[in-house]
Amino acid sequence: MNLLALQRDMRGWLTREDVRAARRIGPHAAPGLRVYQNSYRAQLMACLEASFARTLAWIGHDAFRAAAATHIDATPPSSWTLDAYARDFPATLAGLFVDDPEVAELAALELALEEVFVGPDADPLGVADMADVDWNRVVLRLAPALDLVATHTNAAAIWSALAAGEAPPGACHLDEPEAALVWRQNDRARFRGLDQFEWQALIRARSGMPFAMLCDETARAFGDDAAAMAGGWLGRWIADGLIVGFVEPD
Amino acid sequence: MIPPFAGFGLGLRRPHYAEFLEHRVAVDFLEVISENFMVDGGQPRRILRDVRARYPVALHGVSMSIGSADGLDAAYLARLRALVDEIEPLFVSDHLSWSRIEGFNSHDLLPLPYTDEALALVAANVHRAQDALGRAMLVENPSSYIDFAPAGMTEWEFLDALCARTGCGLLLDVNNVFVSARNHGFDPVAYLDGVPHARVRQIHLAGHSCGAELLVDTHDRPVPASVWDLYAHIVPRLGPVATMIERDDDIPPLAELLGELGTARLIAAGAVAEAA
Repeated sequence: MNLLALQRDMRGWLTREDVRAARRIGPHAAPGLRVYQNSYRAQLMACLEASFARTLAWIGHDAFRAAAATHIDATPPSSWTLDAYARDFPATLAGLFVDDPEVAELAALELALEEVFVGPDADPLGVADMADVDWNRVVLRLAPALDLVATHTNAAAIWSALAAGEAPPGACHLDEPEAALVWRQNDRARFRGLDQFEWQALIRARSGMPFAMLCDETARAFGDDAAAMAGGWLGRWIADGLIVGFVEPD
Repeated sequence: MIPPFAGFGLGLRRPHYAEFLEHRVAVDFLEVISENFMVDGGQPRRILRDVRARYPVALHGVSMSIGSADGLDAAYLARLRALVDEIEPLFVSDHLSWSRIEGFNSHDLLPLPYTDEALALVAANVHRAQDALGRAMLVENPSSYIDFAPAGMTEWEFLDALCARTGCGLLLDVNNVFVSARNHGFDPVAYLDGVPHARVRQIHLAGHSCGAELLVDTHDRPVPASVWDLYAHIVPRLGPVATMIERDDDIPPLAELLGELGTARLIAAGAVAEAA
């Protein structure tokens, strides 16, 4: 057997327990193959348990391990980094817990926190950096380690209670969808809830809309209160360390 | 040839970050798992930069997969090169094994048959890795649980030929030699005597567990007497070498690992003096 065929057989054994593939690997290979398969599954299980500790606490150990086992059977890892294996798990949970949508949302929030923790570095700007900005032209450059996670349930409140070691609230649907702003500040992954309007403003700012145009959009929605609202957002974004630069289009 | 470094070090593990950064710990170098720091940014990269400012660092990888029949991952090599350029490590190492094939990545160090075909393939992959990294690398002998014999050559003959073809060096894991020897019934001393001593730049010492049928390389307990004995055999036969304790699970207080490192220093000094 050549090397490529051998490695395909090993993959077949690890991912599907393909017994015929195992036999082709060698007549005395069974004990070793069991060691490799135990190690393969244990490592993926440990990765998911470490990445989704709050989700595990929410649904319980047995339900989590059953979901993780389903995920491992259906989704072999593909990236060189084990961290990437966590990325598809919220989608698996969404399929498994159709009647409990907070489970997948909780996992999506945990994943976003984990990803911004190791996202690209950028130095945030402070108030002093705003002195000479032409607000009629400027486009805000937001921190690269930033994500917006849409929520239709109170998953964020559940996460916060679990993180604080408090009894979590019961799951419930929100009257209107919200978003969690997830970002890194001073080496810590953080999140806070956004209302519909700040959520949309951040989406527009991140897509490259000039700040003045973003204010115009806000004015259409809020009339006389728009300037105060946009100013409030800007102040909060600076305080949160979300703004890392300006671009002034030609 | 890869410049040698003589000293005694530890693997940098999360429970000990603060001690290494807040105190001058009595180690000559630290080894880090490359992939843990091949991230875009954030705290891991900052910690590694701070550690590097205080200690020489060796980069030890687990995902290069130099035995993959379909070659190496270019994106992986590019990320590793960026880390190498930033950290300027003592050594860059990975394992004589494979993890990835055709888009599947097992995240385990899977075994190779020691055939001429495998040697040609691994040598080509090591050449490519060394070109991408701009430097020669160390290849570590793995623990293995499947014996593909008869495969044409022993593992130590395979490593000797690989070094000769590629100019790579060796990271000799003495525990892995013991585990594979016990699992496959070969003489560990013959292995140690058979590797090209002039190519060995680093040594790993670790513990293992007894599975139902095989020894398993778990790195979750102290270095056992059987591994210390093999270390005492090999160390006087080598030139200047970097020795380290490798502990990945059930990680004890740093003082305990420094105690084991003290044992390594004593054995090395005694064995070298006796040989002289």
